Amino acid sequence: MDLIRNLRNVFIVILFGFLMSACATKTKQMGSQLQGDVYTGTDTVEYLAKGVPDRVFFATNESILTTASRDTLRKQAAWLRKNPDINVVLEGHADERGTREYNLALGERRANAAKDYLMTYGISSNRISVISYGKERPVDSGSNPLSWSKNRRSVTVKAN
Amino acid sequence: MMKKIRLIILTIFLFFPNNVYSLIEVDITRGNLNPLPIAVSPLFSDEKTIENGKKELKLDDIGSEISNIIENNLLRSGLFNPLDKKAFLQKSDIAHLKPRFEDWALIKAQALITGKVSLENEKLKIEFRLWDVLAGREMIALAFTTVPSNWRRVGHIITDKVYERLTGETGYFDTRIIYVSEEGPKIKRIKKLAIMDQDGFNTKYLTLGNELVLTPRFSPTNQMVTYLSYFKNLPRVYLLDIETGLQEVVGDFPGMTFAPRFSPDGKKIIMSFAKDGNSEIYTMDLENRIVEKITNHPSIDTSPSFSPNGKYIAFNSDRSGYQQIYTMKSNGKSVKRISFGKGLYGTPVWSPRGDLIAFTKLHKGKFYIGVMRTDGTGERLLTENYYQEAPSWSPNGRVLIFYRETKSDSEGRGFSAKLWSIDLTGYNERLVKTETDASDPSWSSLLSN
Repeated sequence: MDLIRNLRNVFIVILFGFLMSACATKTKQMGSQLQGDVYTGTDTVEYLAKGVPDRVFFATNESILTTASRDTLRKQAAWLRKNPDINVVLEGHADERGTREYNLALGERRANAAKDYLMTYGISSNRISVISYGKERPVDSGSNPLSWSKNRRSVTVKAN
Repeated sequence: MMKKIRLIILTIFLFFPNNVYSLIEVDITRGNLNPLPIAVSPLFSDEKTIENGKKELKLDDIGSEISNIIENNLLRSGLFNPLDKKAFLQKSDIAHLKPRFEDWALIKAQALITGKVSLENEKLKIEFRLWDVLAGREMIALAFTTVPSNWRRVGHIITDKVYERLTGETGYFDTRIIYVSEEGPKIKRIKKLAIMDQDGFNTKYLTLGNELVLTPRFSPTNQMVTYLSYFKNLPRVYLLDIETGLQEVVGDFPGMTFAPRFSPDGKKIIMSFAKDGNSEIYTMDLENRIVEKITNHPSIDTSPSFSPNGKYIAFNSDRSGYQQIYTMKSNGKSVKRISFGKGLYGTPVWSPRGDLIAFTKLHKGKFYIGVMRTDGTGERLLTENYYQEAPSWSPNGRVLIFYRETKSDSEGRGFSAKLWSIDLTGYNERLVKTETDASDPSWSSLLSN
């Protein structure tokens, strides 16, 4: 009887341990990819050239560029100055947790925030066009904060 | 709960004295806890008509089919309780001539619909009557003729007449819904414009799905639709004639135009134009093509909706920092914030009756469809869910249709988008059946007037 009870306790302790560690890894993973609710990971990022990431991420309802975003855009500006024949489209996006029409406007505002920054680094507005997809083109189809953070983005795409 | 019951009892007592001498009447101003028992006798059709119906319309019995449409409409309105046909004692042709009211009262029917249909020489002739069973009196008798292909509309028109007679309100059954049909995975969603009858039948697809289309809206006066299309990857507001299929871009804007709606007279389109990170509201006159800028503010101004008299515009702006609802005069003057509750507010839509504005609200991770008075007072939330937005009014202002999305797992599984309707009372929430997933519904005006 005692043995069975002891065994059961051991089993519960082990099970509990598993649960705890599972939770820990999950939070750690989320924490390392989010700052506030801005995505800081690289899961979905593609590269325009070596060392030049193609996208920047935003906080919920925001279009302010973070330090990391400005760093990325400066790299893009440098690459565009070196490649004067290349034009780009900035595609602005929002996550699925907002009304469709407002998100179209928000996507446009985000892409323009990126455009303005490229322009202050010497890229002519003639070389940059802007399009908003609102919440219509998510890159991650999950309904969770991490997925949403990947979708709140402005992506620089070669136009030619 | 107790309080509610007491309130209802009180209301009944208050109403009763006025109604004692009148015929049956359905009160639609509150949640209907006792839908009116109504018997819909199959419309009688002779052998020739049945045969023609089989041949021309592929219907087993056109009279029964039409009465099924009526029954289904009445049931979905939440105000009526159509009784089981198996319990009917009187034959449909005799009932139409002279109902034996005792028989119908026996099965607890308070109202009775009878009728007759004939289909000959490409003509569909219909007669119907509405009877007050308890008073033993005829309430409506109508006859009309139409083309056979309109047979479903016949059912809707009869329902409208019955609804109008018994509630005192205009009906909304002979109407259509335009919406966006959705298919495929979330990250590669295919969207098409689709149109169907208000009861989900006669679905037609108006675009092929080659380009992204969003937010179709009916003209209140004719069969025109305005919507957003990404044709050639340029998001622009379009105008589409659903009879001819002809379409054109609205205005010549150097950037994205979106969030279109018609003015109540159908002569203007109001929409947003986004440029340099700023969205402003514009109108374009469809006759003389004159474009007017209505708002002038560095924030996002979108989702405009005219009041039914055309004098005011409700819209969505984040000029206070976050999405809220504002109203202004139609010339852009006297801008006033009207949403002050907790949370974010979007998609204001002015009721066709003029007294209310329907909206979407986001608060603490939940989405609500609600209504408020046009000055922002009297906010009432009708339904709460994980995600829902974009209410559109039935033409009589009694029902709202909107779309609802479900949560997906990390692989996007479990996602769906469906149309739902709810009464202004907050009761009678129903899934609106569509062939595919669906979003962005817009309700037409009554087709027959």
